[in-house]
Amino acid sequence: MAFARAIGDASPVYYPSAGNEAPLAPPTFVQASAQWDEGYSLRPKIGEQWWGSGRTAGGAPPSATGGGGGTGLHAEQHYEYHRPLRVGDVLTSSVQPGRTWEKEGRRAGKLLFAETVTEYRDQSGELVVTARSVGVRTERPVQD
Amino acid sequence: MGLIAGDVHEVPLVDDLKRTQIVQYAGASGDYNPLHTDEVFATQIAGYASVFAHGMLTMGMTGRAVTDMLGHDRLTSFGGRFTAQVWPGDALTARLTVDEARDDVVRVSVSTVNQDGVEVFAGYATARP
Repeated sequence: MAFARAIGDASPVYYPSAGNEAPLAPPTFVQASAQWDEGYSLRPKIGEQWWGSGRTAGGAPPSATGGGGGTGLHAEQHYEYHRPLRVGDVLTSSVQPGRTWEKEGRRAGKLLFAETVTEYRDQSGELVVTARSVGVRTERPVQD
Repeated sequence: MGLIAGDVHEVPLVDDLKRTQIVQYAGASGDYNPLHTDEVFATQIAGYASVFAHGMLTMGMTGRAVTDMLGHDRLTSFGGRFTAQVWPGDALTARLTVDEARDDVVRVSVSTVNQDGVEVFAGYATARP
């Protein structure tokens, strides 16, 4: 529900109500699986320094490579849906690294692409969503 | 669904995207990268003109247009590339073109553009009719 609000989708199918006790999840919802990933690097961790601004303007993240803040950008995202996802489903994900490749970019210097394939299975082991993500690390901030 | 190859739907997604919505998406998705939420970091450290939206916020907003057209429980695929950044203040429109409407599958091209006509997301979706 919070996710549907954030993407500006008011469709009643995503909100619990009388007669809709098991609402659907929006098609990009599995992106929120980061909330359950203990090692996720783009969330401040209790007791650890965060690289955003505070007393200073901030610094480089621990895993920094490349330009433009050092965290890389999201280049592509692909989902295959095997069945609709509903509130109440319990998903388990397994992550496989995919291909990597390099390209000379016009707007940001050398680009390093890396693919990740994540399978989300439900409580009975049935495949629900397959997600293929492509990340890119740029040499410089992207110029418009 | 009554869709015919060649049908084009244009759907306004957002007008004057606010930084607060980007922060709201950070909270919902769990992606707190300061490039998206911290103007000081984004400009002074990372070298961008301002914070900018998560690609997945653009795709999420685009997904609303896709499911409103194809049905909320019928999608079989949805994907694409983030082709330009989306900045606070942008207005986005999704253009959905039916490429194929068969008895067993509907295929749609998805293009989200900003107020200057620059494509920010280029993708596709398929659904069971």
